[in-house]
Amino acid sequence: MQDVNHHISDDLLMGYAAGALPQAFDLVIATHVSLSDESRARLESFEALGGAVLNHVGTADLEEDSFEATMARISAAPAPERAPSPEPAETGIFPAPLRDMVGGDLDAVKWRAVGMGVKQCVLHSGKDASVRLLYIPAGQAMPMHSHRGTEMTLVLQGAYSDEEDRFARGDVEIAGEETNHTPTADPGEDCICLIATDAPLKFNGLLPRIAQPFVGI
Amino acid sequence: TIVQNSEEHWVALVQAIATAHDQTAFAELFRHFAPKVKAFLIKSGADAGLAEECMQDVMATLWRKAHMYDPSRASVATWIFTVARNRKIDLLRKYARPEPEDLPWGPEQAPDQADVLALQQESHRLAEAMKTLPEKQRILIERAYFGDLTHSEIAAETGLPLGTIKSRIRLALDRLRHNMT
Ligand SMILES: [Zn+2]
Ligand SMILES: [Zn+2]
Repeated sequence: MQDVNHHISDDLLMGYAAGALPQAFDLVIATHVSLSDESRARLESFEALGGAVLNHVGTADLEEDSFEATMARISAAPAPERAPSPEPAETGIFPAPLRDMVGGDLDAVKWRAVGMGVKQCVLHSGKDASVRLLYIPAGQAMPMHSHRGTEMTLVLQGAYSDEEDRFARGDVEIAGEETNHTPTADPGEDCICLIATDAPLKFNGLLPRIAQPFVGI
Repeated sequence: TIVQNSEEHWVALVQAIATAHDQTAFAELFRHFAPKVKAFLIKSGADAGLAEECMQDVMATLWRKAHMYDPSRASVATWIFTVARNRKIDLLRKYARPEPEDLPWGPEQAPDQADVLALQQESHRLAEAMKTLPEKQRILIERAYFGDLTHSEIAAETGLPLGTIKSRIRLALDRLRHNMT
């Protein structure tokens, strides 16, 4: 098995570095990068490219009192005292960006049952993309489905496998129009994922009513 | 100290702000970067008034957060780019963008000088490579960072030395993690 599926594509990382992605994808990427030094290094290299762009962008005329106005802003709200380093790794499973979005860790999530023991919680739903947490009981298979746009899944707890590969904590799977898969949680531990989609999923299983709650998120 | 290239000079200025609240250092950074930040914001879709406001915010943030800057992982231009990008998202798209978790072994651990030197030199090479890029490719990259292009459109190889920067950052991260354990 290749590990390429387990990291975010250059396309998405560069889009995140540029600040051009839908909010839903920003959350998944920020959470994944919190768990992967490899992706953090790749992200920071795309930010370096942003720095090079800034160097070449040319200049705009400033207001005459620009510097004085900036110094006035600084005096109005002076530099805070150096904050202590954040506590190293808390006991929860949510990295900071996800914790901020949920307002706590796993125990703060307001799950909604969607059948077969599966639960979900929609965190943000914009007109271009949405992001949700999904809880799949150990050993449970999700309905087979394809995708109308891009689906980005980050594993936070447990693991799942599909036709492509196996994904564990910190891993990302990016499924596009060509992917048709049946994710199945590993036996042993319930699987919790953070999923961003930029278009509703297309379910082609035999249980449309059970699948219904997943559609239109 | 001997200044090798402009990247290292900017690092010294930010460090002077962090350690000594040096206003002369800040004025020099401002003269160089403020007009660039404003131009970047205008090309990203802000009108001149909003760009001026936003630029002043960005520059004030640099003063306040100078002690958070890690020169073993980013050039000063890169750091300013990230601050400007986030402020732009706040103002133009009206939401606070989620950022990756801060590294808990963060900026209080003084970065390794060899890491700083290497990263700043790689950044210098990237800046030089950007200058020699064919006009068409450079414009594509710039438009992607101004936010008016999908990134698949620039998947084309540019030959920029991004991989070496990535390795440098990876090394710095590894060293930081190692120092903690
Ligand atoms: Zn694999
Ligand atoms: Zn899927």
